[in-house]
Amino acid sequence: MSSGPLLQVRDLKVHFPVRGGLLGRVRGAVKAVDGVGFDVVRGETLGLVGESGCGKSTLGRALLRLVEPTAGSIRFDGQELTGQSQRRLRPLRRRMQLVFQDPYASLNPRMTVREILGEPFAIHGLARERGEREREVSALVDAMGLPREALERYPHEFSGGQRQRIGIARAIALRPDLVVADEPISALDVSIQAQIVNLLVDLQRERGLTYVFIAHDLKIVEYVSTRVAVMYLGRIVELAPAAELYRRPRHPYTQALLSSVPVPDPGRARTRLLVPGEPPSPLNPPSGCAFHPRCPHVMERCRRESPPLYPLGGGHTAACFLVEGDSREVTAAPASGGDAGVLAQPPSPG
Amino acid sequence: MTAAVQRPDAERPLLDVRGLTAELSLEEGPVRAVDGVSFSVPPGGTLGVVGESGCGKSLTALSVLGLAPNPPVRVVGGEVLFQGRDLLKLPEAELRRLRGHHAAMVFQEPMTSLNPVFTVGEQIAEGVRLHLGASRAKARERAVEMLRQVGIPAPEERVDAYPHQLSGGMRQRVMIAMALACDPALLIADEPTTALDVTIQAQILDLLKRLQAERGMAVMLITHDLGVVAESCDTVVVMYAGRVVERAPVRELFSRPAHPYTAGLLRSIPSLQVATGEGGAASQRRLRAIPGMVPSLRRLPSGCAFRDRCDRALEICARVVPPLEPKRDGQLAACHNPVPVP
Repeated sequence: MSSGPLLQVRDLKVHFPVRGGLLGRVRGAVKAVDGVGFDVVRGETLGLVGESGCGKSTLGRALLRLVEPTAGSIRFDGQELTGQSQRRLRPLRRRMQLVFQDPYASLNPRMTVREILGEPFAIHGLARERGEREREVSALVDAMGLPREALERYPHEFSGGQRQRIGIARAIALRPDLVVADEPISALDVSIQAQIVNLLVDLQRERGLTYVFIAHDLKIVEYVSTRVAVMYLGRIVELAPAAELYRRPRHPYTQALLSSVPVPDPGRARTRLLVPGEPPSPLNPPSGCAFHPRCPHVMERCRRESPPLYPLGGGHTAACFLVEGDSREVTAAPASGGDAGVLAQPPSPG
Repeated sequence: MTAAVQRPDAERPLLDVRGLTAELSLEEGPVRAVDGVSFSVPPGGTLGVVGESGCGKSLTALSVLGLAPNPPVRVVGGEVLFQGRDLLKLPEAELRRLRGHHAAMVFQEPMTSLNPVFTVGEQIAEGVRLHLGASRAKARERAVEMLRQVGIPAPEERVDAYPHQLSGGMRQRVMIAMALACDPALLIADEPTTALDVTIQAQILDLLKRLQAERGMAVMLITHDLGVVAESCDTVVVMYAGRVVERAPVRELFSRPAHPYTAGLLRSIPSLQVATGEGGAASQRRLRAIPGMVPSLRRLPSGCAFRDRCDRALEICARVVPPLEPKRDGQLAACHNPVPVP
């Protein structure tokens, strides 16, 4: 294992062709992910937020090469994932796993929990001896807080929360380094969500897991994340350490998003920042900054040019012309790194 | 959504539900999905009904307007007094006249309640012609006007759009336009923003608030989102396993919940830490989850349905179902050992 970031993503694009007409010719492309770059540090949780259609789920799947990237680079523990054959990817696959939103749809209804949890070992030819596999599977069930009897039962016999525990157990069975969790709690009841979040946090601590946590619930993302990336129409518009992003959001979209979250405190008077309109279609994105038709601070320049991610110090970056001036001050300061302008760098551990 | 009317006897409630009980037939036999539910909504007031899946909140809403599918649901007891009349005793024809006119409902998924083969204008106009006896031309005018009121851009064009041509947020606006076209005194909204993105949710909640204030309309809002409740409602009913476990004014409910389930729900959600800047708080403290899971209606525990998840359970909780009774000023809870005031 090399010592750099676990995951390095550079200018990643995932475009889906749109076909039409009698001959099904390609007429255009949905740019689901359109030039995204970031690092994921070992042991951290990178939260990925945004509204439906922003590309966060596609990005999560592309990171594991479950959808094929159109362009760009993904390095996992120093090894390039793009352009590799599935055969070459296989030894890496066991080190990166996905937890799905709907644990019911992702668990085979005809398999017992024992079979579901044994399968990853069988696929990768691990724990071949029967007794060894039994021990591994039993240990997983214990770690999930499920009773041993669960092993003989089928997915439909469990509640949503328990099924998600099984889905998580399967994901971590082979002791992966990276887990991409795509809306892992949004299908669950409120009283169960906290149980699953606690489980994920405990597992991370015990096993040194690195998470990419995709969700639309900003409260949960703030709670679990070390850093948070905000996506809008296929791009990252802001990335910062969690506390910093929530306390000082710099992109107008992040500000609107945070302001829109209903807060369970009836005593608190809030002035809500309402943004008009809806996210545009990725088939027909606006010119310039994709947020400009809804932005309360829109300037002439925003309609023509797409703003890059400006570094703002402390690992905070935002793609908005409004912060360009602040960014210049930061980059002019001698302390900051030379390549800070290119990428959303995580802060050094300390 | 408007200021709370805190004079319980000054005004007769618009909607007064007493002991509503409904059975759901399952293969194994009937279960009580709604069990003795009571609450009231004053004219212009907003009542929130919260609870998790299977708690009976949606079924309660449907039963109020006689919309619960029978079979499998059968209302077996209680009264639903609306504008002085018991809706449970009204013949279907009269109920139909009342629904969509004096009381209307908005659902979570607009696509399932909009007819795909009619334009949205036709669907809004239908109610206006039926209930208000408007002419075709007048009804269409009203449809355009309603689309404008709910913030749909270019309403003169959109009135001829079919539901599939609109986004989810726009469809929900159309549903609201349809529900409000006949100026109802009561709007029942069942998870109206759950399927929507957060910025669109904020727009829709804002819209509902504004329309409610303009019209003096009462709203019954069914949701699982405590944040939505805190920002929208005057009074809150918390349901668990078919029963009301707590009923209180919104501020009291959030600041000093009496039922351990309410307190547990409030503790289990992380709050936005914007003020304190504690992002990434997971590294410092665990969420306080409610243990166990929501019980199946087929296998409810004896006594209080929450007792095996409850950290305050007493011996009596296994034997006696706690009645919903006043615990402190304005606050009712169904609990033998309520949470003390902090």
